[in-house]
Amino acid sequence: MSAVVAEHDDHHDHGPAKGLLRWVITTNHKDIGTLYLLFALAMFFVGGAMAMVIRAELFEPGMQFVNPQFFNSMTTMHALVMVFGAVMPAFVGLANWMIPMMIGAPDMALPRMNNMSFWLLVAGVLLLASTLFMEGGAPASGWTLYPPLVLQTGKALPFAIFSVHLLGISSIMGAINIIATIFNMRAPGMTLMKMPMFVWTWLITAFLLIAIMPVFAGAVTMLLTDKFFATSFFDAAGGGDPVLYQHIFWFFGHPEVYVMILPTFGVASTIIPVFARKPLFGYSSMVHATAAIAFLSFIVWAHHMFTVGMPIAGELYFMYATMLIAIPTGVKVFNWTATMWKGSMTFETPMLFSIAFVVLFTMGGFTGLMMSVAPADFQYHDTYFIVAHFHYTLVPASIFILMAAGYFWLPKWTGHMYDERIGKLHFWLSVISVNVLFFPQHFLGLAGMPRRIPDYAVQFADWNMISSIGGFIFGASQLLFLYIVIHTIKGGTGEKVTSEVWEDAAKHSLEWTLPSPPPYHTFTTPPTVIPTEHI
Amino acid sequence: MKKTKQLFAGLILMAFGLGTAQAAYTLNLMRGVTKVSNDLYDLHMLILWVCVFIGIGVFGTMFYSIYHHRKSKGHKAEQFHENTAVEIAWTIIPTLILIGMAIPATKAMIELDNVQESDMSIKVTGHQWKWEYEYLDNGIHFFSNLDEGSNKVRQVGSGLDPRSVPNYLLNVDKPLVIPTKKKIRFVFTSADVIHSWWVPDLGWKKDTNPGFINESWTSVDEPGTYRGQCTELCGKDHAFMPIVVIAMNEPEYNAWVEQQKAAAAAEAGSAGKEWTKEDLVAKGKAVYETNCASCHMPDGAGLPGTFPALTASPVVTGDINAQVKLVSEGKGMMPAFGKVLSAVDFAAVVTYTRNGLGNSVGDAIQPLAIQALQSGIPVAGKNE
Ligand code: HEM
Ligand SMILES: [Cu+2]
Ligand SMILES: [Cu+2]
Repeated sequence: MSAVVAEHDDHHDHGPAKGLLRWVITTNHKDIGTLYLLFALAMFFVGGAMAMVIRAELFEPGMQFVNPQFFNSMTTMHALVMVFGAVMPAFVGLANWMIPMMIGAPDMALPRMNNMSFWLLVAGVLLLASTLFMEGGAPASGWTLYPPLVLQTGKALPFAIFSVHLLGISSIMGAINIIATIFNMRAPGMTLMKMPMFVWTWLITAFLLIAIMPVFAGAVTMLLTDKFFATSFFDAAGGGDPVLYQHIFWFFGHPEVYVMILPTFGVASTIIPVFARKPLFGYSSMVHATAAIAFLSFIVWAHHMFTVGMPIAGELYFMYATMLIAIPTGVKVFNWTATMWKGSMTFETPMLFSIAFVVLFTMGGFTGLMMSVAPADFQYHDTYFIVAHFHYTLVPASIFILMAAGYFWLPKWTGHMYDERIGKLHFWLSVISVNVLFFPQHFLGLAGMPRRIPDYAVQFADWNMISSIGGFIFGASQLLFLYIVIHTIKGGTGEKVTSEVWEDAAKHSLEWTLPSPPPYHTFTTPPTVIPTEHI
Repeated sequence: MKKTKQLFAGLILMAFGLGTAQAAYTLNLMRGVTKVSNDLYDLHMLILWVCVFIGIGVFGTMFYSIYHHRKSKGHKAEQFHENTAVEIAWTIIPTLILIGMAIPATKAMIELDNVQESDMSIKVTGHQWKWEYEYLDNGIHFFSNLDEGSNKVRQVGSGLDPRSVPNYLLNVDKPLVIPTKKKIRFVFTSADVIHSWWVPDLGWKKDTNPGFINESWTSVDEPGTYRGQCTELCGKDHAFMPIVVIAMNEPEYNAWVEQQKAAAAAEAGSAGKEWTKEDLVAKGKAVYETNCASCHMPDGAGLPGTFPALTASPVVTGDINAQVKLVSEGKGMMPAFGKVLSAVDFAAVVTYTRNGLGNSVGDAIQPLAIQALQSGIPVAGKNE
């Protein structure tokens, strides 16, 4: 445990700027991390409010509250806001806070660019949100933005496309920054194979982002020129092909879902060993499995398109390739289980969320495996079955792990302890309601309910009502999280937290060697001892 | 009160995981009525059981560990973090399981793909928001819209009870009729955006791509009525373009074909006669409600900013020929109705918009005039 509150050169010693301006001009990784996390939390509630509109309309058969066009805007905007406004920025926020502290670096490698990528994100999301108020309404073609339907969007189309460009630039800049930081700023002795799993998974994710965001930007730019500049990339009348868009989109889209899950894996691999009081089982196989999943994610995209009319060779190839993903994914789940095995476990809120993640993510993996079977997907595709699948991989997986990360690191960030009782209450309410919300959607899909519909046949009424009830409870429960965050920032339980916070955490990772809260600048001189318990 | 009861029933249902009072409701995939759908069902059950089996293993181990290996029970953590044998095992075994799944899956995929040697072909064209069916062997051709009962109930704030309509949102005005025990090849395309044609009992869905043709096939053994829906988001009324397939034994099917041919001949005849304005307006109202009301609204008020109002619209109250041209060729999101409506329906709906919906222009157009126009129109289904 080295002394880490490093002495500054005095000509260089400064804390944060004063007042609001601090947050606008900051280049400090902790400040920017906080901005990202708070913005993501806000967007989580905005996207969540849209989900409440959706579940309210689906509470009963018949059209009660909104017209179908607005309903479609809600499903589209819900997905875009959650993916690009909540989940991705939240993980970037974690990366900003944690990566420098985990690898013993004083800050991110490119601090000014860091500030810029945050504000571009805000601009992009605001631009996207502004389309809600435009003539013709917000985009209503689903987050996949398939042509020709998306070309029927009203005034909002070019704005939505420009917002995707902004979000893309922001993500790419964030990714470059993370790669540059990890490759250049590790403390002496912090070899690649000693890095915490969270750093590893983000390194791989950053490469995914750099590879796919330009592809998405290209796809939407082609939409733009098709609409306004008389090209026909996706228009058969001009020699194009609407299905081409789907190939490009999913070449981006499949790795994109891994952008949201790989850092999730990283956080889970960080938290579980701490509370099992054991090293992570199979560290190097975890690294390799992550890399394998990232690689495979580039060659399976058309499993989203089994019914689009591909030649049989294509169907079979994409089926086999997709099935392969189950192997490294399985390795991860087995490793987490083996990490718990014969440990000495305690069940604080971060651990509870992490265990729920392992179980419920695995359920999403199972349905993923089922849908990878191309002929069976001829039934599952575009029904509520797939809605259940990806919500299991995103809500009780990515979102739960973000919650776990919040509980795990809030004491470190703020120096205050959260209220464990309310944390546990939040966990139990969430884990029960999330299943009430999403589990019945498997039944609905199998029984024949298509996705993206505002009204449905009466035989689907019961499970929809149950699902909506689960949804309302889940939504309301998240307000508890908001309360806990505010309460903790303001002093929490009042208990003095140590630098370690969790028993023996400092054996696992460097951030726990710093005081809680850490000073504004940390590791201005690199640490000398590299923890290895996580390996 | 009713809601509370429903809710209560729902919760009880959940507790017991029982089927519901609604007939024909299942929790699982349906077996369907074709060989393919049965094969897919078996495949689905196979993978489902594989998942359940693995799940029991993994979650069982995890919960055993959670119960026994906890600090509060005084369990001391062991420090192992590698075991090559175990790690190889849990890579190899899943691989073998996957191969075991891939074999029947490949067989089913090949079967699904084989459209060869069909007995007849039906062309299915997706439209916003209805289906067009064309029997390529005998020329029968019609559109299939959401049925009137569902259509009334599904309007926002209609206040009508969906349970009062049989087969709410799963019923159409004119179902697709097919013979049993015949291999039927379907070809799919679209007139506007991408749709997807799904009847779960047949075992598959297929996208309809504008400007391209997709193929699929079915062969139904038992007569019956099979219902499905569009499954690719295709705009505002995506939820309201169901599919109904009626499979009939050969003799009934043949009788149906004859009846359709006779009806088509009668329709063509009626286009030749002189219609009164009143008859056109009366017929036009129904045509308007199925084809136009979803965008221009039942009362003609439109949706400001998206769909223009027809009441007092300059086009509708202006030159009748200009209106005919617009309806015939479409504009922006408005589909081209030139080849979609029969001459009678076309004349009727144009006359209706000019003399109903709060307009009173007073003129009418005859089906004969439309017929003359239609013979000069290029085929519908072109992109744009
Ligand atoms: C074992 C791993 C997985 C497999 C085999 C798998 C397989 C699939 C397949 C075949 C589909 C297409 C289904 C269809 O459209 O009919 C799909 C959809 C989807 N999956 Fe997964 N998946 C896996 C893991 C994940 C993970 C980890 C995530 C996200 C974190 C994810 C998110 C999604 C999303 C968002 C969709 C739907 C996209 C859309 O159509 O809007 N999946 N998955
Ligand atoms: Cu995918
Ligand atoms: Cu549709």
